[in-house]
Amino acid sequence: MTQYDIAIIGGGNAALCAAMTAAEAGARVVILETAPKPYRGGNSRHTRNFRCMHSGPLGPLVDDYSEEEYLADLIKVTDGKTDEHLARLAIRTSQECLPWMEERGVRFQPSLSGTLSLARTNAFFMGGGKGLVNAYYRTVEKLGVDVLYEAAVIHLELDGDKIARVDYTHQGATHRIEPRAVIVASGGFQADTEWLTRAWGDPAKNFLIRGTPYNRGVVLADLLDQDVSSVGDPTQCHAVAIDGRAPKFDGGIVTRLDCVPFSIVVNKDAERFYDEGEDVWPKRYAIWGRLVAAQPDQVGFVIIDAKSLNLFMPSVFPPLKADTLEELAGMMDLPADKLRQTVETFNAACGDATGFHPTELDGVATSGITPPKTNWARPIVEPPFYGYSLRTGVTFTYLGLKVDDTAQCSTADGPIQNLWAAGETMAGSILGQGYLAGFGMTIGTVFGRIAGREAAAYAN
Amino acid sequence: MQTELLQEARRQAEICNACRYCEGYCSVFPALHAERAFADGDLTQLANLCHNCRGCYYACQYTAPHEFDLNLPAALAEVRRDSWESFAWPQPLARRFHSHGGAIALALVIGFAALFMAIRAIGSEGGEGFYAVLSHNAMVAIFAPTFLLPLVSVAVSLKRFWQEVGGQAMALADIKTAFKRAGKMQDLAAGHGEGCNFEDEDRFSQGRRHVHQAVMYGFLLCFASTSVATVMHYGLGLHAPYGFWSLPKLFGVSGGILLTIGCVGMVMLKLKSDRSLGDSAAWGGDIGFILLLGFVGFSGLVLYVLGGSVFMPALLAIHLGAVLTLFVLTPFTKMAHGFYRLAALIRDAQRKRLS
Repeated sequence: MTQYDIAIIGGGNAALCAAMTAAEAGARVVILETAPKPYRGGNSRHTRNFRCMHSGPLGPLVDDYSEEEYLADLIKVTDGKTDEHLARLAIRTSQECLPWMEERGVRFQPSLSGTLSLARTNAFFMGGGKGLVNAYYRTVEKLGVDVLYEAAVIHLELDGDKIARVDYTHQGATHRIEPRAVIVASGGFQADTEWLTRAWGDPAKNFLIRGTPYNRGVVLADLLDQDVSSVGDPTQCHAVAIDGRAPKFDGGIVTRLDCVPFSIVVNKDAERFYDEGEDVWPKRYAIWGRLVAAQPDQVGFVIIDAKSLNLFMPSVFPPLKADTLEELAGMMDLPADKLRQTVETFNAACGDATGFHPTELDGVATSGITPPKTNWARPIVEPPFYGYSLRTGVTFTYLGLKVDDTAQCSTADGPIQNLWAAGETMAGSILGQGYLAGFGMTIGTVFGRIAGREAAAYAN
Repeated sequence: MQTELLQEARRQAEICNACRYCEGYCSVFPALHAERAFADGDLTQLANLCHNCRGCYYACQYTAPHEFDLNLPAALAEVRRDSWESFAWPQPLARRFHSHGGAIALALVIGFAALFMAIRAIGSEGGEGFYAVLSHNAMVAIFAPTFLLPLVSVAVSLKRFWQEVGGQAMALADIKTAFKRAGKMQDLAAGHGEGCNFEDEDRFSQGRRHVHQAVMYGFLLCFASTSVATVMHYGLGLHAPYGFWSLPKLFGVSGGILLTIGCVGMVMLKLKSDRSLGDSAAWGGDIGFILLLGFVGFSGLVLYVLGGSVFMPALLAIHLGAVLTLFVLTPFTKMAHGFYRLAALIRDAQRKRLS
C-alpha cells in the first residue's frame, strides 16, 4: 500500500484546494471522499459563486470591493458574531485566489440573470459548483493525487498531540493508513437528522437538507469525542426558507422561493408572524429559515395574488392556484375563515400602493397591524390566488473544529501537530451566525490552500 | 409532434429555469431564461438551438442518480429529431432515415444502381472525360431535379418550423448574426471558448468543434466546386475536364479532403461519446448519414486520383450515386439539421433584438 504524506478527508472545494496545494508542494496525497463519484464534491456541487475582495475589475467582477466593505457586510449578517482576525485573513486572501482558481481550471461567467446585485462582489462559476469540482478533480488527477470514492472515514486515532492513523471503509473492507498529516474537509453534520434533533429538538425532524446527504459529521463527532477543540453553537447553521415540496436532501438552488417580499406569509394557524417586506430578499433570504423553524410544525405558507406572480424568479415547483382564498386554504390545509380574516386585516392595513417598486425598498407599508409589512405592501385581492408552502432548508451547520490562522486544529493542551481543517467543518471559527452569499466558498478556498500548504510543509 | 417528448423537455426546462447555473454555456440558456412558461414552439426552438455540446449535463447538480434526473442534451435531442420528422415534407419519408442507418445504406445502393443504369441506358453521346461515360445533359437531367426538389422540401419544412417557433419577418442583422455564430460554431465552444464535453466526459475539448467545421467547410467547398464549374460551363463556355489549378479542382480536392477527414473524425468522436446524452434512437441514422457524407468526399477524391484509369466509369457511377443519395435524402436525414440550426440562430438573434 502507498505511504501517503497527507490524507484529505472530504472531496469538496476545500479538500480539493488543499490537495492541489499540497501536491504542488511535492506531497503524496490521497483524497478519501465518502460519496460515490456522481455525488462527489459535497455541498460545493450546489454552490454557484465565490465572494471576492478586489481593487479594480478582476475576472468577471466589476468596480471595487474593499476589505473594509466586505468585512462590514459580514459583520452585518452575523450580527458581529465573527472572528475578525480569521475573517480578514479570508477576505484579504480571496483576491489572489481568483486567478489561482482560474489557473487550476475554474471558469467564471457573468452574473446570472436575476442576480445582478452580486456582479460586483461574487464571481459566478461557469456551470455552477459542479463545474468547479469537475475542473479541480481533473487537476488533482494530473498532479498524481489518488482519489478514492465511497471511502468513508470512521476514525482518526489521536495519540498525544498527533493523529496516528486513519481508519476508513472502502469496497466492503476496513482499511488503516498512517499518513504523516491529515486534513479534515468533510463539512458539517446537517445530514445526520439525529444529531440535528439532539441540538434543535424535534423540530429538526421537519428540516430539509439543501445539500449533500453525505455530510453526516462522522469525522467531526469522532474528533469531538477525543476532545479536539470545537467552536460554534450546534443550533447555528446556514438555513433558508425553501419550497416545502423540496426533496429531503440535495434539492439545491431550484427549491428557493423569492416571492416572500411580495406576499404575506402565515403559519399553519393562518397567522402572520414576521415583516415580509423588511428588506430586499437577498438580504433577508437567510433569516427566514429560522423564522419558519420557530412556527408550529416548522412550516409556513406564502400567499400572493395574480399581480405578483411574475415579479420573482420561477421556482421548480408550480404554485398552488385557486380562484378564492377559501379554496387556496383548502389546498394548503389552513383554516379558511382565519386565512380570509388575516388577509382582510392585512388588506385593510395597506395604504397608498402607487409607489410600489419591486426591486427597491419602496416604503409601501402597512399601518396599524402587528407584525407590520414595511415595504411592498399591496392588498391581496386579485384572483387567481397562489400559494407555496415553506420549510426550513439547512445548508450547513456551524458547530465545527476550531482552527487558528494556519488552519491547524488543537486540543486544550495545544496544537495537534499533524491535523488541519478547512471548509464548512471549520467555518464556525469565522461565522458565529448568519450567512453571506458566496462566503462559504471563500472560506473553503482560502483555508483549503492554507491547510494544504501547512500539511505539506510538515510532511516534508 | 410527440407530446411525451415535449412534456419531458418542458419538465427539465422548468428545473433549468429555476437554477440558471448554465447561463454562460451557449445560446440555449439565455433563451430559456427569457421564458416563464414553455409552449411547444418554445421547446422546439430551444431544441434546435442546442448543439449537444453537453457542457450543461456534466455541470448539472441534478443528473441521475438525483431524483430530478436531468439530461437536457438528450431531452432536447429527442425533441429536435421529432421536430425535423414532424415538419418534413412529404411525410411518408419523414421517419424512415433519422433513426435507420440501414435505410440510408439501402438508399445508397439504389443510388449506385440508378447511376449504373443511367450510364448504361444513356451513355456518353460523344463527350470526353467524365462525359465520355455519362453525357453532360444526362447529368443535368438527373441532378437538377434531385438537387432542387429536396430544397423545395426543406423550404416547406422551414416554413413550418418558423411558424411553430413564432418567427417574425427577418432582418438582415439577424441573418448576419446567425451566420457568424454558425461560421465559428460558437455554440460548440462554451462561453469560455474552450470547447465542449463530448468525447471524454467533463474534459473541455475543441475536438468536436474542429471536426464539425472540417465537415461543414469541406462540404461547402465541394458545393462551391460544383457551383463554379456550372458557371464556367454555362457562363464562360469552359467545359470540363478542368486542370488541377482550376477553381473547381482546387475547391473540390481541398473540400473532399476536409469532408473525408471530418467525417472520419466525427464518427471516432461519436464512438467515444456517451450515447445516452444524445438521441440514442437516432444513433444508427446519424452514423449512417456521416458515413454517407464522408463517402461522398472520399469517392470524389478517389475519382480524381483514378480519373484516368479503367476504374473511372465504375468510380464515377459510385461517386455520383452517393451524391444523388445525399441530395435526395437531405430533407430526411441529419443533413437537414444545418438548415434548422441556422433558422433557430436567426430566430434567437431576432428574439434578442426584439426583447
